[in-house]
Amino acid sequence: MNFAKVFVPGDSAAVSVGADDVVAEITRLAKAADIQIEIVRNGTRGVFWLEPLVEVQVGEKRIGYGPIKGDDVAGLFEAQFLKGGSHELCIGNVEDLPWLAKQDRVTFRRVGLNDPLSMSDYEAHGGLIGLRRALKLSGEEIVAEVLESGLRGRGGAGFPAGIKWRTVLDAQSDLKYLCCNADEGDSGTFADRILIEGDPFTLIEGMAIAAIAVGATQGIVYTRSEYPTAIAKLNAAIAIACEHGLLGKNILGSNFEFNLKVRSGAGSYVCGEETAMLESIEGKRGVVRSKPPLPAISGLFGKPTVINNVLTFSSVPAIISEGASAYKSRGVGRSLGTQVFQLGGNVKCGGIVETGFGITLGELVSGYGGGTLTGKPIKAVQIGGPLGAYFSPKNFDLSMDYESLLAAGGMLGHGGVVIFDTEVDLAIQAKFAMEFCAIESCGKCTPCRLGSTRGAETIQEIIEGHNVAANKKLLLDLCEVMTDGSLCAMGGLTPMPVKSAMINFPGDFENRSAVTK
Amino acid sequence: MKYATWSKSAGLAVLEPFRDEPGPVLISLQALQREFGYIPAEAVAIVANFFNVSRADVHGVLTFYEDLSSSPPLPNEIHVCIAEACQAVGSRSLEKALKLAHGEQVRDVFCFGNCALGPAAMVNGVLIGRATPEKIAAAMK
Ligand SMILES: Cc1cc2nc3c(=O)[nH]c(=O)nc-3n(C[C@H](O)[C@H](O)[C@H](O)COP(=O)(O)O)c2cc1C
Ligand code: SF4
Ligand code: FES
Repeated sequence: MNFAKVFVPGDSAAVSVGADDVVAEITRLAKAADIQIEIVRNGTRGVFWLEPLVEVQVGEKRIGYGPIKGDDVAGLFEAQFLKGGSHELCIGNVEDLPWLAKQDRVTFRRVGLNDPLSMSDYEAHGGLIGLRRALKLSGEEIVAEVLESGLRGRGGAGFPAGIKWRTVLDAQSDLKYLCCNADEGDSGTFADRILIEGDPFTLIEGMAIAAIAVGATQGIVYTRSEYPTAIAKLNAAIAIACEHGLLGKNILGSNFEFNLKVRSGAGSYVCGEETAMLESIEGKRGVVRSKPPLPAISGLFGKPTVINNVLTFSSVPAIISEGASAYKSRGVGRSLGTQVFQLGGNVKCGGIVETGFGITLGELVSGYGGGTLTGKPIKAVQIGGPLGAYFSPKNFDLSMDYESLLAAGGMLGHGGVVIFDTEVDLAIQAKFAMEFCAIESCGKCTPCRLGSTRGAETIQEIIEGHNVAANKKLLLDLCEVMTDGSLCAMGGLTPMPVKSAMINFPGDFENRSAVTK
Repeated sequence: MKYATWSKSAGLAVLEPFRDEPGPVLISLQALQREFGYIPAEAVAIVANFFNVSRADVHGVLTFYEDLSSSPPLPNEIHVCIAEACQAVGSRSLEKALKLAHGEQVRDVFCFGNCALGPAAMVNGVLIGRATPEKIAAAMK
């Protein structure tokens, strides 16, 4: 054989641990051996402990090797990896890897398979079926299907997408907007980034369907500036989508017009809050707006605006192509469909786990995660980003869905699950939550702006062992004021990590003078 | 990263494409920052005049956003993630070591979306996973 197809992810996480070096080395050694190869820079499969994961097409299979460093490449050639030869880092057919085979990838079905910018690959793997079907439906019918699917916002608040869409559909206006929230500010989350880098046409298709449904002609994807690769990929994908008629004046030859552009954030967490995001897109300081009016009635530049997260829009093509009932056959209770969980922090096997709602926390962190990277026991898990709760292994039977998490004093947020080993000190984490709020507060309400600084000081007192009982009471009072007196969830939910740390890890808030020097 | 030298005419050329942009202030400041590596004090009035907004508006935007800087760039831009997932794998001690070694060039960031391969850092625009002081030093100029 003297031709081979090799896949090495171009995803920024894979590149951050040396994927480009691997590509350079494979190219060099193939040339030296006079072997013709094609290297595809696919998205990541989200199996991060195996990155850089090199895959070789062998017949119908894709044989994987990982994690591969530049230095390992010569050994791969010796092992005849281009024919799928055995090697200590060989993981066999990638799709048979139990970690992947057990998942139910719907929104992420194409991520990691192909060149993210190849429209022919996109179509060959089920792309555009949803958009073509949407063009045969009325706006009402599309909205009804999305409502029926049970799809809820994946950005954090979990509001039913169909209800938001209906409000914008019913609004009378000469101009309507779609804004995709790709600010992904929550620490421990990376699904939006991976989807945009690995399968951007799915997001574009989802937004085009939403545009047709509600009658919007202009769309904006607000992407955080910490994601330069995602911004570049999305811009390239938009240009290609325009060439193929997915965007522009006549979507796929129809009478629908939809234009899309990317806006970059500028390093502000609160700009992920939807009205602060609108202010930011309008070029202003990212200060949260009071509601009403709802953005669906008066949003960007005062026009009716659908705001959804990347994963919300990206779930729509599958819902429209396969129907609402297929989607909602997954999940539990009022949490229907799949959730893209993200395992990060001190975890052995971190990455993307897409599965129906209702998997337990233990299955996620011990089953998929395989415990900690350091090998020490798990002490704490934070779910749902910096405003989410800290849980302990006692909570491992918790069902991962909107309602169960809420009942347990937490929230799903954007689906990030961050693991900590026994080295973590939850009083320090609680203090960090307050400090983070103080730094990122937009400044509009006093409990958030000042309460957070006061909160951090109070926790510092507890850490130093001063008047512990009185300071704990003060801290709880402060939390109550922040919860009740904040306009948005920044100040309103900062108490969640703080209180959950106090409740689930009481020991870390006791006898502090003994542990602090 | 290589930046152009600031001058009023070079600044105006950067602003020109945004003349008809609705809500142009942030996007034009970002463009100036990309071009010159920072936003010089005199640019505030120039931007205000160009788009017919108040200086206070421009200044307000400039000071709100962490990315926008009014002082010239240092030789290296080292951004280290200090958010929770990276804290869980030692980013706080990495941050300390980096600040000790590279001072003002080090800036804190909350999350690069590389939370399963932390600690994460970015050196002059290049993302580094499982970051160590050695890897970061190797990526510096
Ligand atoms: C402080 C704060 C930060 C937020 N950050 C994000 C974010 O980064 N991405 C996101 O999609 N939603 C974020 N949200 C939620 C948004 O306000 C909004 O609910 C969401 O974008 C709506 O889309 P969805 O219904 O599809 O989830 C944030 C909310 C708050 C209060
Ligand atoms: S809670 Fe905080 S971030 Fe939200 S509006 Fe009030 S001050 Fe701004
Ligand atoms: S928390 Fe550090 S990269 Fe996400």
